Amino acid sequence: MARAVTPQRKTLNTIFAWAIGLTIFFPILWTILTSFKTEGTAIANPPVLLFFDWTLENYETVQERSNYMRYLWNSIAIAGGSTILGLIVAVPAAWSMAFVPSKATKNILMWMLSTKMLPAVGVLFPIYLICIQLGLLDSKIALIVILMLINLPIIVWMLYTYFREIPGEILEAGRMDGAGLREEILYILTPMAVPGIASTLLLNFILAWNEAFWTLNLTAVNAAPLTAFIASYSSPEGLFFAKLSAASTMAIAPILILGWFSQKQLVRGLTFGAVK
Amino acid sequence: MATQHSRSAARLMMTPAVVLLLGWMLVPLIMTLYFSFTDYRPLRGIFDCCVGFENYERFVTSSAFLDSVLTTLIMVGGILAITVIGGILLAILLDQPMWGQGIVRILVIAPFFVMPTVSALVWKNMFMDPVNGVLAHLWRAFGMAPVDWLSQAPLFSIILIVSWQWLPFATLILLTAIQSLDSEQLEASEMDGAPTLKRFWYIILPHLSRAITVVILIQTIFLLSIFAEIFVTTQGSFGTRTLTYLIYQRVLESQNVGLGSAGGIIAVILANIVAIFLMRIVGKNLDT
Repeated sequence: MARAVTPQRKTLNTIFAWAIGLTIFFPILWTILTSFKTEGTAIANPPVLLFFDWTLENYETVQERSNYMRYLWNSIAIAGGSTILGLIVAVPAAWSMAFVPSKATKNILMWMLSTKMLPAVGVLFPIYLICIQLGLLDSKIALIVILMLINLPIIVWMLYTYFREIPGEILEAGRMDGAGLREEILYILTPMAVPGIASTLLLNFILAWNEAFWTLNLTAVNAAPLTAFIASYSSPEGLFFAKLSAASTMAIAPILILGWFSQKQLVRGLTFGAVK
Repeated sequence: MATQHSRSAARLMMTPAVVLLLGWMLVPLIMTLYFSFTDYRPLRGIFDCCVGFENYERFVTSSAFLDSVLTTLIMVGGILAITVIGGILLAILLDQPMWGQGIVRILVIAPFFVMPTVSALVWKNMFMDPVNGVLAHLWRAFGMAPVDWLSQAPLFSIILIVSWQWLPFATLILLTAIQSLDSEQLEASEMDGAPTLKRFWYIILPHLSRAITVVILIQTIFLLSIFAEIFVTTQGSFGTRTLTYLIYQRVLESQNVGLGSAGGIIAVILANIVAIFLMRIVGKNLDT
């Protein structure tokens, strides 16, 4: 039920909320706008907001100079690969915990969550060493596996909270009608589980895309994703605002769009079901 | 009712996830623990096993350690204060009836999806630059001298950048919690003539207490390992070296693996203390 308020109050709310919303969004808006300016306009004093000659030259330069496409592909491969691999491992685990819970289930779930709290820097050198030994430094495979492991607890938890909401009676009805384990999974559970799995996929793709500890420390050239690509603009290229903006816009645009679709799942996934 | 058959099938299905996580947790951790008792500096070809607690002693007694713990506390505390208080206010505002609520929500949530290296670089160069940054323009417009943010107030600048990234998270979770508040309760109190502040203090805030705790604990876990924002902006100089960054420098920059590993184990212990609290809260939720 929406609370009834006076129109004046509503107008005031609207103005206030939009002002704050736009302020918070401004750095992103500014970056996107600057990416269409020339370097000269980008540092003009006073700054120009909208009325300038829009140009795409920065995007061309960024692509030519640093082969943006390769970083983009690495990001997609690493984020996508780790998420899909994570789902393959997590779906059976979460399924069994949700539908065949035992006394140990809660402890296993809590323990999985606790691995997420291991500070990455505490195991940086061993992982670094293992990667060197296996010849996997600066390789996508290493990052796919590591990001999968980092996000696995979140994936299992998210799936678990979704699966738990599937009513058990449906399964029992299915069993009564003579459905075996295979039919049960294929015809009853899968259709009901797909939305949960899709949300999990989306959120974990975002998390993996933005991960910036392992991707910065374990890659150099070949496997470097967009996080590392942007970090390389730190200096002196970072002083070329327009190019920095173009590179930044390309790095965040896909995730910004995906992210807006996943707001609801975000709350659930990142609070491990504690807030819904 | 689960049969014996389905129980063993369930156990089998859980195995890959459990084994993988167990390996991920134990193998590197045991290696770190081992290195922490060695004098291992690969660049100089030094490897001397079994130096006892020497690394721990050196790490803990160095002034860099205490400074880094203090920096970490100020940074995490500052970001938590800004995001939680800001998040509560924003969530209450966004819960009010208004036009374009959905769009405002999207605008507010956006920074959370910006990758850390991008937000750090954009803030560092395009906003905090003392000559061409937006903030410098703004300061000049009000007739003040522009500030060189990252060298004059480096810690505050990083707190600002990271708060910008996490404020959306706090807001979104608190908003979700507020929306689950029984509106009849609020209306009843409104009819009884409870003033706005009292309604906030006695009804909204207690209702939010759990969501606030969750926000604090989850953010703490992520914030304790802030890396990219420091890496891109100050590289740990000007008093912005957190415990995470100090360990990173010891291990990868100066390649003193023994010392860094001792620091790593200390970080793991500290993180576990935080983790225990979070687990209790999430655990309680599992029972209900």
